[in-house]
Amino acid sequence: MDVAKIDINSYRDLLKKYIDHQDESSLYGAEQMSKAFIKNHILPDEIVSLHIQSLMELYPSLSQDIQNSMRFLLETMIYYGLAHQEYQALRENQLALRSEISLAANVQTTLLKTDKPDIEGLDIGVISMPAHQMNGDYYHFIKGKQDSLGIAVADVVGKGIPAALCMSMIKYSMDILEEEAMMPAKILKYLNRVVERNVDASMFITMFYAQYTPTDNLLRYASAGHEPGFFYCAQTDTFSEIETKGLVLGVLPDSAYPSYEQKINKGDMIILLTDGVTECRRGNEFIKREEVLDVIKQYMHLPAQDIVNHVYKYFERLQDFQLRDDFTLVILRREV
Amino acid sequence: MEKSCVSIKIELDIVAARQLGRELAKQVGFSVVDQARFATAVSELARNIYLYADQGEISFDIIKNMNQSGLRLTATDKGPGIRDISQVMQDGYTTSGGLGAGLPGVRRLMDDFDIISEENIGTTVTVVKWKR
Repeated sequence: MDVAKIDINSYRDLLKKYIDHQDESSLYGAEQMSKAFIKNHILPDEIVSLHIQSLMELYPSLSQDIQNSMRFLLETMIYYGLAHQEYQALRENQLALRSEISLAANVQTTLLKTDKPDIEGLDIGVISMPAHQMNGDYYHFIKGKQDSLGIAVADVVGKGIPAALCMSMIKYSMDILEEEAMMPAKILKYLNRVVERNVDASMFITMFYAQYTPTDNLLRYASAGHEPGFFYCAQTDTFSEIETKGLVLGVLPDSAYPSYEQKINKGDMIILLTDGVTECRRGNEFIKREEVLDVIKQYMHLPAQDIVNHVYKYFERLQDFQLRDDFTLVILRREV
Repeated sequence: MEKSCVSIKIELDIVAARQLGRELAKQVGFSVVDQARFATAVSELARNIYLYADQGEISFDIIKNMNQSGLRLTATDKGPGIRDISQVMQDGYTTSGGLGAGLPGVRRLMDDFDIISEENIGTTVTVVKWKR
């Protein structure tokens, strides 16, 4: 059957055919017609009315009781019609909102764009995936003098649009800093003041800031309450947690951040992440932090970018392809 | 021009308003579906008066313009009024929390819709349905 017609004649004829033969092909026709009704926004009360009209034409002497009962049915359908129209309108609204958010997400991507720098002797892998359309995680690279590298990984406590808006502010505060001239602890102290002054008291940001200088192979870092990363020592083939102290950004106006440093030898790795990685869930249970390391170990023989991609794919699948939180993972490995 | 009205004080008055509305709709020559829709709009507006304003009035006029005839319904009350009309005109907003079609529903049932409301003075809703 081609495109179903939804006029009174077609309905009446199909109804008649079914009453006479009770055949499946008429019912299939009814199914097609029903789809056409929906497509053309025909409301349930109008369909009942179409039915009444058809009955009257087929059976002019239809009993008054049956006629009345059909009127009664019509009356009960009026609200279904209204509800249907309301859902339709809400659905259109939702589509409009969704496309607006996706535009905003594009703007955000452009605003927060940071290029993975090319530094000789350093293999860098990074992945950052939002749970919803907008990302509340943020990472940032800055290449300074003599191939020094600044790396920030941050997470707004909270998800979605408010978190994303907040991140743009952080990015611009960092842009006006002469980062390469500043120590990580000082940068955090400055950003803490910015967040404390400008962001709603209910919103916090955690950040890990590190600076690597190839001239002395030293990683200097500080953390503002951020999910601890890991250090991989190639010589002993062991992982250890990067332990730090420091309050999340935006709580107190004068927080200070202790400075730490770590010598990076050939083959060593720095693994930075957000809690979207460590708080992945299997069913209703959180994974253990060690599980992240187990997965990294599986792919450690690959280049850094391949490692982070594989780890992401592993946890994406583990969570049935629905991230609960924004996921950001950065891996740095000294090659020579 | 014909004019008739029903004052709304008790719930039974809603039924009386529906009945009068339906009779006039039939008289104008509305289809069975449109009669039912008109009666539903009467019901909604009368219920609003009964629930939120204690008392008010529903009145009907049969109207004609160049090429069609229709039915105008005016619902008037001296109740608390509506502070934010835009808000109550949004889908999904109902203060009674029940399955009311609310004012957006009434607007959908009718062809023309107008509302004037002032806080602590009252509300007047005027709607028209034309014969198709």
